[in-house]
Amino acid sequence: MLLEVDHLTTAYGGLVAVADVSIGVAEGEIVVVAGANGAGKSTLLKSISGLERPRGGTITFAGERIDRLAGHLITSRGLAYVPENKRLFPRLTVRDNLRLGSWLHRREPDREAPLETVFRLFPRLAERLDQRAATLSGGEQQMLAIGRALMSRPRLLMLDEPSQGIMPKLVDEIFAAVKVIRDSGVTVLLVEQRLMESLEIADRAYVLQTGRVVLDGPARQIMDDPEVRRVYLGM
Amino acid sequence: MTAQGIFQVLASGLLMGLIYALIAVGLSLIFGLMDVVNFAHGEMLMLAMYAAFGLWAISGIDPVLLMPLVVAAMAIFGALVYLGIVRYAMRAKSNAGMVQIFATFGLAVLIQGLAQFLFSPDYRSINGSFLAGKTVNLLGVFLPAPQVFGGVVSLAAFAGLWLLMTRTDFGKALEATREDQGAVALVGIDRNKIFALGWALGAGLVGLAGAVMAIFYYVHPQVGSGFALVAYVTVALGGFGSVFGALAAGLIVGLVEAATTLVLPSAMKSMGVYVLYLGVVFFRPSGLFGRL
Repeated sequence: MLLEVDHLTTAYGGLVAVADVSIGVAEGEIVVVAGANGAGKSTLLKSISGLERPRGGTITFAGERIDRLAGHLITSRGLAYVPENKRLFPRLTVRDNLRLGSWLHRREPDREAPLETVFRLFPRLAERLDQRAATLSGGEQQMLAIGRALMSRPRLLMLDEPSQGIMPKLVDEIFAAVKVIRDSGVTVLLVEQRLMESLEIADRAYVLQTGRVVLDGPARQIMDDPEVRRVYLGM
Repeated sequence: MTAQGIFQVLASGLLMGLIYALIAVGLSLIFGLMDVVNFAHGEMLMLAMYAAFGLWAISGIDPVLLMPLVVAAMAIFGALVYLGIVRYAMRAKSNAGMVQIFATFGLAVLIQGLAQFLFSPDYRSINGSFLAGKTVNLLGVFLPAPQVFGGVVSLAAFAGLWLLMTRTDFGKALEATREDQGAVALVGIDRNKIFALGWALGAGLVGLAGAVMAIFYYVHPQVGSGFALVAYVTVALGGFGSVFGALAAGLIVGLVEAATTLVLPSAMKSMGVYVLYLGVVFFRPSGLFGRL
């Protein structure tokens, strides 16, 4: 496994958001973590990326314990994270946001090499290079956030609700991009509320409920699970 | 007063304004970067002036040539102040603002006390620079060479700062950190390192101001306090955190101060500046170029 989360518990004060969660992501997979609002999906990603400190359990990435590493060091190990609120640098231009994405490779002559991939995935970013990030639409901001993450050349890309707050047409574009990203060799861990769309592109999935894993397995199997269909699709 | 005399006063005011801007910019930069007001800013200026004086007294080398040394020493000092004091003050669980204020204010008291103790309250001055006593004739206006030199250094420093902020990765990282210090880890930037370098830059700039001022101004333990006050006015006027607001505001403060001496006794030259400050506080509290 490229990423192994083992018995992870994360709490805000007394409120336990993630309880004893174990998940794994193998190299080359798209893994979806699904669940309703407040199920602990975002907290799980925040804990992996170092934004929140877990209370218990371990996180191993490419054989190294990362649960006590500072956030910037976790990024430097090849783990890129696009949070739900994107956290772009709003007053900087699209160009500068992307350039900062390659900060870890700033001394390398081909630091901007991933730019080609980013523009191929999201051509509209290339048209808006000199615009400030704050002036982009929600969908474009999501593209920029993913683009910025790709500029760090990650082995694992973690996306938190990339479909949230954007036009339906762009949602398809972003899901298609996620597939292309995986096919280019980047492993993807995706947190989504849009269960069926994300399962379409996923290899495996975990379903969280109030901080615990209640179901996991191949995406196909989760999609056909009668309980999932009843709860999430009202069938 | 003749037109010639008025030009003379205003030109000196502009030169002093450039120095004020150079003193203030480090303060503004650090505030913009991390929302910390460095109450020891004036004492850093004083330290830099003593450093210039001390190096000159020991080596006999022209203070103009010693400037890079003073700047480097102050940059290191600035980084150490962040790493040794401010970093811990920022971690305060409650009342972090107060903790930061008292941390840097305490440092100011300490530096000033140590300066009194080690250097005595005597006024000292450097009288070995090749610039001393010379004047420059600019279109019929005669200006003292050290101040003209100071103005040129200030402009060069702002030009350098502009290049640094717009053309370098470090400059972009500074800008990104001031926008969202929690998000820079997402691209692999260690914000602690950026903060330490930001303090080095801010202290290096006030070090440059001190190294220039030591050539034409008396050095004594209280010298920083008065200039710090002007620096706070400059930063408030330019907009907290705005680097180029500090340049514009420094020039305005210098001009207003000079213009005040045209109508009031020169002992009251600061009055115009503080009236201006009150005006800003009342009518435009975010400053001329502020983002508050």
